[in-house]
Amino acid sequence: MRWEPVIGIEVHVELLTDSKMFCGCAVGFGAEPNTNVCPTCLGLPGALPVTNRAAIESIMAIGLALNCEVSPRSVFHRKNYFYADLPKNYQISQFDNPVCTGGYLDVEVEGASHRVGIERAHMEEDTGKSTHVGAGGRIHAAESTLLDFNRSGVPLVEIVSRPEIRSAEEARAYAQELRSVVVELGVSDARLEEGSMRFDANVSIRPQGSTDLGTKVEVKNMNSFRSLERAVEHEIARQIGLVDSGGKVVMETRHWDEEAGVTHSMRTKEGSSDYRYFVEPDLVPMVLDREWVRQIQETLPELPASRRERYRRDGLGDALAGVLAAADPALRHIYEDAVTVGADPKAAANWVTGDVIGWLRRRELDPIELQLDGAALAELVGMVGEGRISSSAAKDVLDGVLSGEGRPAEVAETRDLIQISDRASLETLVAEVLAANPKAVEGYRGGDEKVVGFLVGQVMRATQGKADPRMVDELLREQLLA
Amino acid sequence: MSPMPSVVEAGRWLRDGETTAVRLLEGALQRAANCEAQIHAFLTIDRERALETAARADADLADGIDRGPLHGIPIALKDNMCTRGVETTAASQILAGYRPPYDATVVSRLGEGGAVVVGKTNLDEFAMGSSTENSAYGPTFNPWDITRVPGGSSGGSAAAVAVGSSVAALGSDTGGSIRQPAALCGVVGMKPTYGTVSRYGLIAFASSLDQIGPLTRTVEDSALTLEVIWGHDPLDATSYSGDYPDPKAGLDRGVAGLRVGVVKELSGEGYEPAVESAMGEMVSRLEGAGVEVVEVSLPSFEIALSAYYLIAPAECSANLARFDGIRYGHRGQGSTTEGLMSRTRAEGFGPEVTRRILLGTYALSAGYYEAFYGQAQRVRAAIQEDFTRAYQQVDVLVSPTSPTVAFAAGERTANPLAMYLSDICTIPSNLAGHPAISVPVGLDSQGLPIGFQVMAPPLGEEVMYQVAAEVERFAGFELAPTLQEVAS
Repeated sequence: MRWEPVIGIEVHVELLTDSKMFCGCAVGFGAEPNTNVCPTCLGLPGALPVTNRAAIESIMAIGLALNCEVSPRSVFHRKNYFYADLPKNYQISQFDNPVCTGGYLDVEVEGASHRVGIERAHMEEDTGKSTHVGAGGRIHAAESTLLDFNRSGVPLVEIVSRPEIRSAEEARAYAQELRSVVVELGVSDARLEEGSMRFDANVSIRPQGSTDLGTKVEVKNMNSFRSLERAVEHEIARQIGLVDSGGKVVMETRHWDEEAGVTHSMRTKEGSSDYRYFVEPDLVPMVLDREWVRQIQETLPELPASRRERYRRDGLGDALAGVLAAADPALRHIYEDAVTVGADPKAAANWVTGDVIGWLRRRELDPIELQLDGAALAELVGMVGEGRISSSAAKDVLDGVLSGEGRPAEVAETRDLIQISDRASLETLVAEVLAANPKAVEGYRGGDEKVVGFLVGQVMRATQGKADPRMVDELLREQLLA
Repeated sequence: MSPMPSVVEAGRWLRDGETTAVRLLEGALQRAANCEAQIHAFLTIDRERALETAARADADLADGIDRGPLHGIPIALKDNMCTRGVETTAASQILAGYRPPYDATVVSRLGEGGAVVVGKTNLDEFAMGSSTENSAYGPTFNPWDITRVPGGSSGGSAAAVAVGSSVAALGSDTGGSIRQPAALCGVVGMKPTYGTVSRYGLIAFASSLDQIGPLTRTVEDSALTLEVIWGHDPLDATSYSGDYPDPKAGLDRGVAGLRVGVVKELSGEGYEPAVESAMGEMVSRLEGAGVEVVEVSLPSFEIALSAYYLIAPAECSANLARFDGIRYGHRGQGSTTEGLMSRTRAEGFGPEVTRRILLGTYALSAGYYEAFYGQAQRVRAAIQEDFTRAYQQVDVLVSPTSPTVAFAAGERTANPLAMYLSDICTIPSNLAGHPAISVPVGLDSQGLPIGFQVMAPPLGEEVMYQVAAEVERFAGFELAPTLQEVAS
């Protein structure tokens, strides 16, 4: 039997608001443990939550960017479960009335676009962080557990896709696209390594052509896009192998082991957990009036997908458009300004995504620190196009410009990189080289084509590389045949 | 016993230079010293801190700084309101020794108003009970008969005001916990409109029902105290941010022309004859004063108690989940996190609290939610509708505060249902979020106080106090508990 994988992804994104979801404590990674805390986020007796308006605006922006419906009235619920790093032993979350419902995100896999439905995006608070000491950091057999509540109460948006993802590649593409959207919106830094973006995958399989949903397995602990793809791929293969050999998939949560490249069973779910959701009585329903939604809609930036499309219309190929669309805004602005003043889009994009990024990496600099504007890039592209400098000399010119030596033309002058494309002087030079290499000339006349390369090299050496190589080749052949 | 002054009297003496805040406090502390052994109204008295506050109040007055009606007045706080640096236990073993790092909003407001906190009063553990017998630190007894309960859960606050160990007190009322003990102890107890007094720093029992309010000797004291503690608080998302009524506006207005509804459902079986006759007598007096009296039926009141005992436990099951021994309070021993949490909770909570947590957890469970919690919410809506309909006919509703006078200690502890019936008259106002007040109107043949309840629509504090003040004048009740002081 042929099997079709059915995948849904749940993504948690920590918001970059100034303060926490329900109190005034600062949000930030890396502070001393238990310093950004107060009675509310520590769950002290008597403390109460007050909703952070900025967080609600952020989730509205996410919802609108994902083409969701923003509910006119939305309600917080308490999700009840006991855990040491959950101070109130309930999480303020949302249940049947989330802020955002029913959107979609278009993702690209190998040039083909897929639309992945979004079930919902809801607002909740993050938990504290447990660090298990001893036993290699595993909870079982740990000697002790340290609790840090700095993260407790940080605003968290959970985005749940519909089970409409059909491959591991698509799962990865979805997660990457979602990341680029929230980063573009500026609502989260979405750093996987710091946990400000986390994902779980729900994986099941079903016979090709079936519309039923199979038994789903939740896979956790993927810390990179690559590990998400690998984990999903592994889980699909595991389930197919299991079923093909007569076994049955059980509903459970599995832990991805990055090193071993396998998933391990964490716990078996007996139906779904009973979180005893009920409306949070310490908060009042949120009224998200249409005028407010409209204001948020108006402030939305251009999203990666539409930018990609725009770059494609500039004439860039899919791959180049994709890379540039995902590049730092400072780099994209240089490209866009250069194109505005007439630079060839493809050449400009190649410079920006290639040599410029490479130069920044070597110097460990941030794009914002670049001393390059669109006009300078356009000038550089123009000089290459007109043959005034060679492609290899252009890299030197770029280095000079980026190092603050001046405009491209100035750098080419000072670094003496202007190509010699004056026909008369090159003719003289070619004649001198031929006279100095009679053996090569003889060889050519005897039918040895390879000597042309050698002779071009001699001319280039004589000009310290500044001669236009195409013209040199042409003149050499003319004189050799004369 | 020499009578303790009311807030109004004490305020006048202070400003006339006849007494000082320190002397008032010392009088209250002396009274507490003489009565505590018999009634046990307080869990904590911080004498030093109170004397400092009183001295500061005197110094301020001498400097011409007058912080208002509670300036220099001794006031007691139910021990479920957080006081910075002062032990706050909610009468639970699980919070033994717990000192909050912050003040509840009402505590800050009392401070800004120049009030002098005498101490923290006893209550049923986490405010769950109607007799103050469910305290982990021992029960409070009724000053009118120390073999009887003071009511609850704010029994400590009611008893302290009754004997004059404090001029006024704050309590919290989730299903009647201010009004019922006020009735049983012969003082005035008032639950404000939900959202008008901040719950920030009140250790939650049932968040959608809890409301802090005053227990005082007089109706006017009640209005004055309320004015100090209420008002919008940005730290409480359910805090009311619109215009507030003037609770004092109608105190001297009389009641002529008002329409008063007598609640049909809050009478009959289970109501003591003395309670019913005191009730009937007061209604006749009001009628004689020009009130139009109407009997009003609010059928949903019959099922209010059942709805309350689903909603309140459901909310408490989540509110009390935070007491797990991880961050503060009592910690039980356990080799796993789950074990530690279970031991902590098993050791820390008393039987009534445990019962309600279990009840609430069950009511919220998948498969039962709709039948229990969902249904209870619909009853709550029906109660609100009944009230709305009634208030189209009348300005206020009246009833006994409690079907009985103070009952004997131990009488209902083995029978939770009998205990729960103590709150049958007070619970509807909590479920609707409306204001209500209990005013003492007399004694039964055994010399035990009887309370008369006035209920009003949301933000109807003005008309509620207007009627309460007239009831107080007609009753001419003398607060003179028979407690024999024991010289310390």
